[in-house]
Amino acid sequence: MTQQVSAKEPTVEQIAEQKIYKQMGVTDEEYGLICGFLGRKPNYTEIGVFSVMWSEHCSYKNSKPVLRRFPTKGPRVLVGPGEGAGVVDIGDNQAVCFKIESHNHPSAIEPYQGAATGVGGIIRDIFSMGARPIALLNSLRFGKLQNERVKYLFEHVVSGIAGYGNCIGIPTVGGEVMFDESYEGNPLVNAMCVGLIEHDMIQQGVAQGVGNPVFYVGPATGRDGIHGATFASEELTEESEAKRPAVQVGDPFMEKLVMEACLELIESGIVIGIQDMGAAGLTCSSAEMASKAGNGMELNLDAVPQREEGMTAYEMMLSESQERMLFVVEPDKEEQAKAIFERWGLHCANVGRVTDDGRLRLIKDGEVVGDMPVRALVDECPVYNKPSRVPEYYVANGSIDTTRYAEVKDVQEALLKLLASPTIASKEWVYNQYDYMVRTSTAVWPGSDAAVVTVPGTRKAVAMTTDCNGRYVYLDPEVGGKIALAEAARNVVCSGGEPLAITDNLNFGSPEKPEVFWQLEKAVDGITEACEKFATPVIGGNVSLYNENAKGAIYPTPVIGMVGLVHDVDHITTQGFKAEGDVVFLLGETKAELGGSEFQHVIHGVTEGRPPMIDLDVEKRLQDAVLAAIQGGLVASAHDLSDGGLAVALAESCISGGIGADVEISSELRTDFALFSESQSRVLLSASAGEADALEQAIREAGVPVARIGTVGGSELSVKVNGQQVVNTTIEQMAQVWKDAIPCLMG
Amino acid sequence: MGEIKDVYPIMRSYERKVVCDMNFAVLVFPGSNCDIDCYKAVEQTLQQPVDYVFHTATDLSKYDAIIIPGGFSYGDYLRSGAIARFAPVMNEVQKAAAEGRYVIGICNGFQILLESGLLPGAMRRNESLKFRCHQTKLRVENNETPFTHEYAKGEVIDIPIAHGEGNYYCDEETLAKLRANGQIVFRYEGVNPNGSVDDIAGICNEQGNVVGMMPHPERAVDQLLGSEDGKRMFTSILNAWREKHDAASVR
Repeated sequence: MTQQVSAKEPTVEQIAEQKIYKQMGVTDEEYGLICGFLGRKPNYTEIGVFSVMWSEHCSYKNSKPVLRRFPTKGPRVLVGPGEGAGVVDIGDNQAVCFKIESHNHPSAIEPYQGAATGVGGIIRDIFSMGARPIALLNSLRFGKLQNERVKYLFEHVVSGIAGYGNCIGIPTVGGEVMFDESYEGNPLVNAMCVGLIEHDMIQQGVAQGVGNPVFYVGPATGRDGIHGATFASEELTEESEAKRPAVQVGDPFMEKLVMEACLELIESGIVIGIQDMGAAGLTCSSAEMASKAGNGMELNLDAVPQREEGMTAYEMMLSESQERMLFVVEPDKEEQAKAIFERWGLHCANVGRVTDDGRLRLIKDGEVVGDMPVRALVDECPVYNKPSRVPEYYVANGSIDTTRYAEVKDVQEALLKLLASPTIASKEWVYNQYDYMVRTSTAVWPGSDAAVVTVPGTRKAVAMTTDCNGRYVYLDPEVGGKIALAEAARNVVCSGGEPLAITDNLNFGSPEKPEVFWQLEKAVDGITEACEKFATPVIGGNVSLYNENAKGAIYPTPVIGMVGLVHDVDHITTQGFKAEGDVVFLLGETKAELGGSEFQHVIHGVTEGRPPMIDLDVEKRLQDAVLAAIQGGLVASAHDLSDGGLAVALAESCISGGIGADVEISSELRTDFALFSESQSRVLLSASAGEADALEQAIREAGVPVARIGTVGGSELSVKVNGQQVVNTTIEQMAQVWKDAIPCLMG
Repeated sequence: MGEIKDVYPIMRSYERKVVCDMNFAVLVFPGSNCDIDCYKAVEQTLQQPVDYVFHTATDLSKYDAIIIPGGFSYGDYLRSGAIARFAPVMNEVQKAAAEGRYVIGICNGFQILLESGLLPGAMRRNESLKFRCHQTKLRVENNETPFTHEYAKGEVIDIPIAHGEGNYYCDEETLAKLRANGQIVFRYEGVNPNGSVDDIAGICNEQGNVVGMMPHPERAVDQLLGSEDGKRMFTSILNAWREKHDAASVR
């Protein structure tokens, strides 16, 4: 083959001698393997293609052995991991398609575009499956909000998410935002998209039918985002700023057109295979589509629309220009496809054909500039079993008594402090920037336990949430992993939904560190056990490693994106108290569990000890009982207890409902522990006076501890513990503190 | 069982069963994204024939009411609505407005009506410089338009907003005219979310057949989704038209 080399590009020999591949994250050993697969040394384009395909982002080479532990099958799973997004049956020939993905590193460098293109990318994953995107969620982590750089990142990440989602017209209905020093310099920006699809419309990214033409649609390819996948697979350093050009630029308007045209194309039934060009752009989409069909592909790079002049094969293959799709149709359907795109003002270009030789062959100026076995690119990347070691901090935390803190006497003041903590405070400042109502299906708006979106033309709805408490996972990855899943399920259940399946986003530090790898393994074990318990398989996800800052790895943060099915819109339940005279119940047991709590962090300034324990059997029993009670029409409001414990949950139910409550609890625990402990498997329910007895009985019969703790009414929250008044404040005062916290910090 | 696919049917036509059907058009520009919501609102609240009409259409003569939906036409590049006004379909909208047919522009549709001169004034970015989406309270200032006659004058209704550029502006002279002619149809009650002049949320032309508003009535036609106060806007339009055409009224 011809070795066409641009004047600036290193030669085959230079790559080998100067070990230029190392700059691309390819090790000596991997380089040797690549030479073996090719039967010769790779040229610059080829080593570039291999380096992105063999990056952690595309190959999961470090996480694969761990990811294999996840349960991925279930009676409702129609498509599991491996495709653009997973698909789960919701009955009536309908299904939900969803996935979560991270854009952490781009957002750390260029927050607006980093976050925006994260949203754009995940939307493409959904519509390339043939699904109509119906909702977006996100999960965000930042450093302390008092820090100026953090404010800048927070402001622009939120506006990037808003800018993209609002323009394309997909509602951003939910998510979570947490602040902790651990994420300083390395924020987490995870975006999730949920789509609806009919079973027979599910697409696959396969390049089938030897001789079939391969089409490219979307904006022209530029030099943006080159090596984005590699960038995402290394630690952020001082030099990362120089990699700003590796951050792509998004155009939601273009994506809207591409989305409508692709959905119309899919609807027409002529598509054989379709895949978006996400990480590693043209390289990954072409290699994966060929691989899934067991075929090869020949790409004519001269036909690729180009935004800039003089682009090399290397640049075209590695560009991560946004909003581009690759698809295969039969030769006689070409005109039909073109007509659909033209209606949306788009042009598609024939950039290649499907071959039978299992090779990815690149042609430029009439010469072969790259020729690689598809299998080697997609399947032969070495998999590493990284060493794992129990971290010292974990051992040390085992002997810390988290009940040793002096008792907080002014509980009300502590409550107001917690309400003002940015992690707990109202996120209205965030979600009011998102259009969460477009498509007129959002039944539960942001700010309740899970968002709920109705399925048009049916009585069904879909509940969705993202959850993870990184502090718990840090303190005990296995327990924290279980809790992340349990809390997601609890949120779905409290909204009236039956948990169906999850997508996960494993945000961790560098896997080269045995302590980080241990965290990853343990967290996955915890999630796996909980997934099995709740029958919620993992249908896809994303791994983001190398999240580190100057102080070391971020808190391990395996974000769970869960989707549940609300069988009837009448079951939709929110957290706010509803009516004067309703009876308030606390379900579950409260223990003195302060490790990793928001109370420990805000009031005592530490994150230490062990997190709350969780018994999955107890949790499952609780959730089954709550869901049955909701479905039986016994429940007026439901709210899970999480950050800030019972006191914060009560305050939130009052504020959301705009009505007060008179609460009295008896406890053997110290008052501050009783109110702020974050013991798991607890839910706050309210029911009308007429249903209260029936509810209490149903919960008790299900074997779940239940206490009648008060009555809804008035405009104040009054809490007595063992007969002593400890909180007596107006909803107005609580609401003000809670709502003003973030706007005040943001100026 | 419901249909998920709402890929735009090309000029879907209804069978005309009833003589007195009112024909609605929902315009679709590249980047419109509330078109589906407007379509659904007409279909569900009025059960009247409604078509998606592409920006390239050159004949709107069969439509009695034209809805210009929200979204980001042409990406809102340059300025909201600035490019859309040059779309071929806008000539037809001008014609329909001149003939006294009903035209309603919601959100981006309002911005397009301003840019095309069918309504006076201009739109600036929200005072907060941020996109805002939430429920708002509107006061019905003029209930004598075809779009509002089923509301009481001064009635306060819940209709949500979702926009980044809804800060309506006009000069003193225009404002005086708007006031004198009763062209201010809706004002924000309580908090003004975007800084608009005189708390203006929606206005109409002098003839009263063209209305533009930032809030989204099509998002307020179902209590499950937060409010149904927007329903009466749609029924007002239908009943005004029926009255004009001497047809039986619907309840």
